[in-house]
Amino acid sequence: MKQSKLKIDSIEKLESNTFLISLKSNQSNEVITPGQFYNIKVSDNDFPLLRRPFSICDFINDRLYFMFDIHGEGTKMLSQKRIGEELDLLGPLGNGFDLSGDFDTAIIIAGGIGAAPFPYLIRKMPENKNVVSFLGAKSKSAVVKYGLKKIFISTDDGSEGFHGNVVHLFKSKILDFVDKKIKIYACGPTPMLISLQEFVIQNKIDCQISTECSMACGFGICQGCPIEKSSGDGYLLVCKDGPVFNANAVKL
Amino acid sequence: MTGIDLSVNVGKLKLKNPVLLASGTNGYGNEISNLTDLSKLGGIVTKSLSLKPRKGNPPQRIVETSSGMLNAIGLANVGVESFVKEKIPFLKELNTTLICNIAASSIEEYVECTKILTAEELISAFEINVSCPNVKEGGLEFGNDLNAVGRITEKVKAATNKPIIIKLSPNVSRISDFAKVVKQEGGDAVSAINTLVGTAFNIWTKKPKIKNVTGGLSGPAIKPVALAKVFEISRNIQIPIIGIGGIMNWQDAIEFIIAGSTAIQLGTVNFINPNAGVEIVEGINAFCEKTSVGKISDLIASYQI
Ligand SMILES: Cc1cc2nc3c(=O)[nH]c(=O)nc-3n(C[C@H](O)[C@H](O)[C@H](O)COP(=O)(O)OP(=O)(O)OC[C@H]3O[C@@H](n4cnc5c(N)ncnc54)[C@H](O)[C@@H]3O)c2cc1C
Ligand SMILES: Cc1cc2nc3c(=O)[nH]c(=O)nc-3n(C[C@H](O)[C@H](O)[C@H](O)COP(=O)(O)O)c2cc1C
Ligand code: FES
Repeated sequence: MKQSKLKIDSIEKLESNTFLISLKSNQSNEVITPGQFYNIKVSDNDFPLLRRPFSICDFINDRLYFMFDIHGEGTKMLSQKRIGEELDLLGPLGNGFDLSGDFDTAIIIAGGIGAAPFPYLIRKMPENKNVVSFLGAKSKSAVVKYGLKKIFISTDDGSEGFHGNVVHLFKSKILDFVDKKIKIYACGPTPMLISLQEFVIQNKIDCQISTECSMACGFGICQGCPIEKSSGDGYLLVCKDGPVFNANAVKL
Repeated sequence: MTGIDLSVNVGKLKLKNPVLLASGTNGYGNEISNLTDLSKLGGIVTKSLSLKPRKGNPPQRIVETSSGMLNAIGLANVGVESFVKEKIPFLKELNTTLICNIAASSIEEYVECTKILTAEELISAFEINVSCPNVKEGGLEFGNDLNAVGRITEKVKAATNKPIIIKLSPNVSRISDFAKVVKQEGGDAVSAINTLVGTAFNIWTKKPKIKNVTGGLSGPAIKPVALAKVFEISRNIQIPIIGIGGIMNWQDAIEFIIAGSTAIQLGTVNFINPNAGVEIVEGINAFCEKTSVGKISDLIASYQI
């Protein structure tokens, strides 16, 4: 974890509301785990005041990639940045996905911009593992396939792929994986993670989820980002203990 | 650096420079020490400690507002016992002045915490957070009650020989009355201000944005209020003041010192720029050089009105 000012190398619109930004990192030997995030200052002044957290989307040679949706003022400002401008980044932060384990097929389940951490996860996945991606979006225009492999798509309005949510789509395909040892990696809106969590706990499927919470610091000093432990009393911190947790470790 | 004397005396408490990190905004020094050199600061103030650990409030605990943020952390902390066992050994390595902040729900608990922690040589002073509900008096904040603040100061003072700083709440009509009581009861200094009560609603769901409904406002949004409070105390009561509230850079820090602060604390800025403390010490030094101020203490309460 460190604070650094990095130059924007490219910025492109992937879909109507989704952008991909790349920054030239000063260290190509930086150790970054898929699922970790950076807390990024999107302006040089006090507006917006706080940094904005973004998952590492990819890391190739000395380039860091972030994929983001315009959500409010901060992400809008980020989308208007130009090549050559500097951003102040803090990271890499938190605990990412665990790529080890007894499985032969990695199943990615992503809702909307929840797809952001997976291009890097796929890049880092050992070569002997299969990867299958389930990607859910509101509609066709919000489907962002960037960096994913073997993709099954669902849309809420049925405009592309399966008509319904991505967890339903996955459940409808579960029989395809009966003879496989699977591990699920998921990221997306909390309601999606809740329904997936219920399913994987019932069926004893190995699953890791990337969670979200409003953050101030992003590195454990403000106590602003609690998430309830599934057993015992008390909270974990999304920024420091997460954002990736085993699906059975937290109450969503 | 040059020969400028940045040291200040907050009553009996000697600091190498006036820049401290505020309670609740640096944890127990651990994580932030990876991002900045705490030994270059005047010191750090720990997260509020209570006798027993507290798990804190459910999420959402924080929300960003215009030039500020609201927090309702609920004083989540490890408790005095594990602080001594697990945090002090690491803090010893940091080579910075340590001030312990204490929060409690009864006067007895304040005294008990102070007594236990007094045995720790590493702790240079106590800062007492009185912005906590007084459970025995129906949950009213101690910090709103002149009598309670007086009694806490007196009892805590009697429980230790280390300097006592009372951290005042800004949510009162005349803050200088509180500083006066602290002085009368033997308190060594006051720090001002703690956060201002605020709230925010989601207009679509009509629900408060933080679970606790109200929270404490901090950040640049509160700086003018904090400066006015520091100034009010400075003009009316002879007691060292530690100024806190919305300080983002060295200019803000100098402004607080001119308005009457002997030292200053950085809060919210640590979340945005964890190295702000070191940068502010350097900025203060450069300002002194530029304006031919040989001792930073000459600048305290140097306002011209
Ligand atoms: C660990 C983590 C990783 C993330 N990764 C990505 C990513 O790769 N791509 C992406 O597009 N988004 C990601 N997000 C969500 C992203 O941080 C928010 O969309 C962004 O902060 C919104 O800022 P804004 O100013 O545009 O929106 P506003 O709504 O104006 O923001 C107001 C405040 O709420 C906070 N906030 C709003 N939405 C969220 C949210 N969903 N999660 C946390 N805080 C929020 C903001 O940080 C800010 O403090 C991630 C969030 C977390 C916690
Ligand atoms: C997230 C957060 C947690 C805080 N926790 C405490 C605390 O435990 N005890 C305390 O006395 N003050 C606490 N404070 C108040 C700060 O120490 C400081 O008084 C206040 O934030 C104003 O300064 P700032 O505007 O520089 O942040 C907290 C503030 C924030 C933002
Ligand atoms: S965001 Fe500050 S502790 Fe997690």
